[in-house]
Amino acid sequence: MRRVVFAAASAGILIMAFILIFLAANGLPVLREAPLEQILFSTEWYPTEEPPAFGMAALIAGTLSVTLLSCLLAVPAALALGVFTSEAAPRRARDFFKLMLELLSFLPSIVLGFIGMTVVAPWMQESLGAASGLNLLNASLMLGFLMIPQVASLTDEALASVPRDLRDASYALGATRTETVLKVVFPAAARGISAAVLLGVMRALGETMVVLMAAGGAAVLPSLLTDPVRPLTSTIAAEMGETPFGSAHYHALFFAGLLLLLMTLALNIVSMRLERKGMVK
Amino acid sequence: MEMKKMAMAAMAAAAISVASIASAGQVVMDGSTTVLPFGQAAVERYMKQHSGAKFSVSGTGTGNGFKSLAEGSAQIANASRFIKDSEVQNCLAKKVYPVPFAVALDCIVPIVHKDNPVKGLTLAQLKNIYSGGITNWKEVGGKDAPIVVVGRDTSSGTYGTWQEMVMDRGDKTRVTPKAQIASSSGAMLASVSENKNAIGYEGMGYVNKSVKGLAVDGAAATSAGARSGKYPLSRFLYMFTNGWPQDDVLDFLLFMQSDEGQRIVNASGFVSLRELGK
Repeated sequence: MRRVVFAAASAGILIMAFILIFLAANGLPVLREAPLEQILFSTEWYPTEEPPAFGMAALIAGTLSVTLLSCLLAVPAALALGVFTSEAAPRRARDFFKLMLELLSFLPSIVLGFIGMTVVAPWMQESLGAASGLNLLNASLMLGFLMIPQVASLTDEALASVPRDLRDASYALGATRTETVLKVVFPAAARGISAAVLLGVMRALGETMVVLMAAGGAAVLPSLLTDPVRPLTSTIAAEMGETPFGSAHYHALFFAGLLLLLMTLALNIVSMRLERKGMVK
Repeated sequence: MEMKKMAMAAMAAAAISVASIASAGQVVMDGSTTVLPFGQAAVERYMKQHSGAKFSVSGTGTGNGFKSLAEGSAQIANASRFIKDSEVQNCLAKKVYPVPFAVALDCIVPIVHKDNPVKGLTLAQLKNIYSGGITNWKEVGGKDAPIVVVGRDTSSGTYGTWQEMVMDRGDKTRVTPKAQIASSSGAMLASVSENKNAIGYEGMGYVNKSVKGLAVDGAAATSAGARSGKYPLSRFLYMFTNGWPQDDVLDFLLFMQSDEGQRIVNASGFVSLRELGK
C-alpha cells in the first residue's frame, strides 16, 4: 500500500515538475525579444506587428482589477451565506441551501459569460449609462456569482466541522448565539475559511471564459468600473489559436501563463505566512 | 520473449497499414473559419456524388491551415487572406510548394447598431475611428454619442484583412488599445447588435439582420459592389494545395470552381467567381 501511494505521489510530482519546466522553457525565450521591464511596465500590446510590442502592464492590471473587484463583491456575501447555512438556518432550510450551493458551484462558466454578454451588458448600458456593457464591473459581477457557491459551501463545511464542545463551552459561559459564532466558532474554523477564500481568489484569477465574454477585452489600464479590461487569461485564449508555433508571440503568451502561475504562487505564500504568524489560527 | 516480439511486430504492422489506408483515401481540409461554411457544404455535396471520396473538414483559422499544409497534415488549406512570405518560407523549408486557388469573393462590412442613423463612412473615417482619432458619432454625421470601437482578436483572418486594408495603408497605423475585442464572429455580432454606439466589422457571409451594414466610400457591400471593384473592402477567399493537386483533391477543386460549387458559395452569402465579369 505504501509503495502504491509513493508511486502515485511521485508520478504526480513529476508531472507537475514537467508542466513547470515546459511553461518556463516556452515562456522565457520572449525575454530575448523584449526586456523584462518593458513586458511588465509597458502598456503597448501589439504582438502581431512588425516589430511586435509585448507590453503586458494593461493585461496584468486587467487580471488584478477583475480579481480584486470580484472578491470584494463576492467574499463578504459568500462568508455571510456560509455562516447562515451552517449556524442560523433551520435544519431543513440548511439541507436545501446546501444542495443549491453545491449544484450552483458546478455551473459552467460559459453560461455566466453568456448571461453577462446578453443580459447584464445591455442592462448596464441602459441603467448605468456605460459606454459599453462589456466591462470590468460586468465581468467581476459574473465572476462573483461563480465564486459565491463554492466559497460559501466550503465555509459552511469549515464551520460545521468545529467541535460541538467548543460551542457548548461558550454557551455554558453565558455567551449568546451571535457571540459564540463570531468569537468562538468563526476563529476556530478560520483555517478552513481562509482556504475557501483562497480557492475563490484563485478561481477569479484563472477564470477565462467569463472574462473573455464579458470583460470587453480592451488592453488599457482601467480607471472606471465601467472601463473594459483585458485580463491575461482572455488574452491567451483569444490569441493562442493562430499564433505560429515557436514565434515570439507564442513565447509571449506562455510568459503570460507563467505570470499567472507566479501570481497564484505569491498568493499561496502570503496566505501561508499569515497562517504561520498566527493571524489566522 | 518470443511472444512479446511477435505481438509488437503485429502491432507495428497494424499501425502501418492503418496509416497507409488513411493516407490513400483521406483528404484533410483545414484553415479559415470564413471559408468553412461553404467549404463544408461543398465537401458534403461532392462526397454525395463521389461515394469513394473521403474528406474531413475543420476550421481552425487561416494561419493554422497554412501550418497544417506545411506539416502535411492537411492537403487543402482554406484561407481568408493570401499566404504571407513567412508562411511560404515555412512551407518551402518543409518541401511543400503552396498553390493558390481562388474559390470565392468576400466583402468585409463595417457594422453598427440598427438604430444608428449613419449610413456610410469613408475609408479615411474608418481608419480614424479605429485609431482613436474620431471618438464621437456626431463627427461623422451621427448622434452626439461616444463611439465604442469593437475589433477582432489577432488570430482572426478578418482582423488581418482589416489591418491591411483599412489601418495599415503605408503608415502602420495601429488600432487603438481602447478597442474592445470580440473573440469570434458571433461575439462580434452580439456586441454590436446590443450596443447603440458600437461599430465593428464582419465578413459578409456572417452579417445578418441584427445589425446594420455600412457603405464604404459610397459603395454598398453587395456582390455588385465587390465584383465591380467599387466596394473597397473586398477580398478573395482561397484554397491552397501542396503543389499542383492530383486525384481527389484536383477533382474537388474543379468541383468547387464549377457552376455547382459556385452556387454553394452564393447560397452561403458570399460572391461567386461566376459573377466576377458581369
